[in-house]
Amino acid sequence: MSETQAGTGAATAAPALPPVPAIELDGVVKEYVARGETVQAVRGVSLSIAEGEFFSLLGPSGCGKTTTMRMIAGFEEPTRGGVRLHGQDVTGVPPNKRDVNMVFQSYALFPHMDVWENVAFGLRRKKVPEAEIRRRVGEMLEIVDLTGREKRRPREMSGGQQQRVALARALVNNPRALLLDEPLGALDLKLRQAMQIELKRIQREVGITFVYVTHDQSEALTMSDRIAVMNDGLVEQLAGPREIYERPATAFVAGFIGTSNLLNGAVERIAGGFAVLPLGEHGRVLVEAAGHSPGDAVAVTVRPEKITISTEEPAGDVSAVRGTVSEVVYLGTYNSYAVKLGDVAEMTVFQQNAHDSTTTAERGDSVWLSWQPQHSYAIGS
Amino acid sequence: MRTRGIGDRLLFGYVWLVLLWLLAPIVVMIVFGFNDTASKSNVSWQGFTLKWWGRLGDYPDLVNAVSNSITIALLATLITTVLGTLMGLALGRHRFRGQGATNLVMFAAISSPELVMGASLLSLFISVGLETGYVTIVIAHVLFSLSFVAVTVRARVVGLDPSIEEAARDLGATPWVTFWRVTFPMILPGVISGALLAFALSIDDFVITQFTSGATVTFPLWIYGAVRIGIPPQVNVLGTMIFMVGVAIAVVNSVTARRRA
Repeated sequence: MSETQAGTGAATAAPALPPVPAIELDGVVKEYVARGETVQAVRGVSLSIAEGEFFSLLGPSGCGKTTTMRMIAGFEEPTRGGVRLHGQDVTGVPPNKRDVNMVFQSYALFPHMDVWENVAFGLRRKKVPEAEIRRRVGEMLEIVDLTGREKRRPREMSGGQQQRVALARALVNNPRALLLDEPLGALDLKLRQAMQIELKRIQREVGITFVYVTHDQSEALTMSDRIAVMNDGLVEQLAGPREIYERPATAFVAGFIGTSNLLNGAVERIAGGFAVLPLGEHGRVLVEAAGHSPGDAVAVTVRPEKITISTEEPAGDVSAVRGTVSEVVYLGTYNSYAVKLGDVAEMTVFQQNAHDSTTTAERGDSVWLSWQPQHSYAIGS
Repeated sequence: MRTRGIGDRLLFGYVWLVLLWLLAPIVVMIVFGFNDTASKSNVSWQGFTLKWWGRLGDYPDLVNAVSNSITIALLATLITTVLGTLMGLALGRHRFRGQGATNLVMFAAISSPELVMGASLLSLFISVGLETGYVTIVIAHVLFSLSFVAVTVRARVVGLDPSIEEAARDLGATPWVTFWRVTFPMILPGVISGALLAFALSIDDFVITQFTSGATVTFPLWIYGAVRIGIPPQVNVLGTMIFMVGVAIAVVNSVTARRRA
């Protein structure tokens, strides 16, 4: 996107410089000393977030995502490595001198100030003229739909309203980037879904870079342009939502994002552009041949919704395994089947409850599971 | 509406009994400030009069003692509140070497008998050659009420969400501005109740003051001295006035607390 923008200037003689990323982390490490022992919360993270991007840091609790964000905000200093905001090294710069703003998980509204004063706090610190404060706070309250509630105290408002005050309080300063630390975690499901759409709309409207920390994979998939999946202080995969879901780079990513089946095997031969992994009496798995040679031990993932259940052995170049249905769970829009392949694996299969669904298996049935080779990925184990 | 059972009635009666028990001495004190007594002892009811309220200046040393008590209490409260708030902030917010020892010393100061503290302060003042008097009373009062303020403020600090202060920093406030605009207003209720506690402890302290007063006389010390010859009704009047101030503070406090809730 940004490259095409840079290329439109027809008169530019010099080659257009690549745009400066909004946020860059350069081999960032964060160590804590707890009871005489050194613990690494972040073990070397490098990433670059483009201007205007909706970027998510996704991972389980304790994976280092919040620490990473706090190093961008300036609440933590990296033990090693550097942080650059718009090309400027900000290592050692205190949070009040960094041109980014944060939305806290607990909202962290000032309880002794009303909504208006909460939102005006940042502008007052920057000594913005009173008339401009009045205009900008008014506009921002309009954007988050809180006009008419200026005199309310935070405790007199619902969780969703407090959330929007927190958002307005950060955005009114026109930060170069907005950092959001699990901002929807305390809301109920309905409100959370509404706020996800709302956040995305606001981000498009103001055009500010959003860095979003969450442990909720569906939230990250819904809103993000790119996602960094973190585990144990490292980035496991950095890609767009579709690629993260369809082509997980590691077993951790496959397991953390959605439901995934994992099969272990060894490449027996390469045939017709596919690597063949036999599973003995349970059938065989095909993956695209590129990068594999006979004898390689590999782990293969496949998503439950890519699998078809049939009673007959499927024909053609597909992965086909045989097992026994051990569990059927009715989940409304789809059924979830657990299928045991002897001692080799237990696979999960989702089948849509479409009006023409005919193949409904029962507990104890012997069935064939099949899927296209492009839906399996060999991952580093 | 549900009719009241026997248990409810008993509870109701018990509550009034407790209130009566607590209030009776105060009521007696107030009433005898209006007693038209002629003798030195003010123990039997002689009829209603307002004259004692106009004759507060009859005993100049009593007036002096009361003014000593009030200025000592104000001064001790001021010093205690500043020091205690800083201590409470440090203990509630930071981890540091000597924290456990500080907590231990604070608890010791709260729990040690006044007699012990008074005697040890006296021997301390003597050994460092500090002449006992007004100044030593203030020092002593600061010492024994400091822990109460520190504990009250610490409780408030511990209950604060640290990300609120981080939010202030994030929005461009320096540490100094963050403290005065955000931290201090949030811990203010704790600071105020700590200050009130310090004032209340100081103004009616007898035991420690007795040890550290030297030639200076405070209100409680004057009353103690007067017991032998009979307490004049002016003492009741002054006691009533102090009580009224206390009631006024309590009323203001509960009204503002209700408005905030």
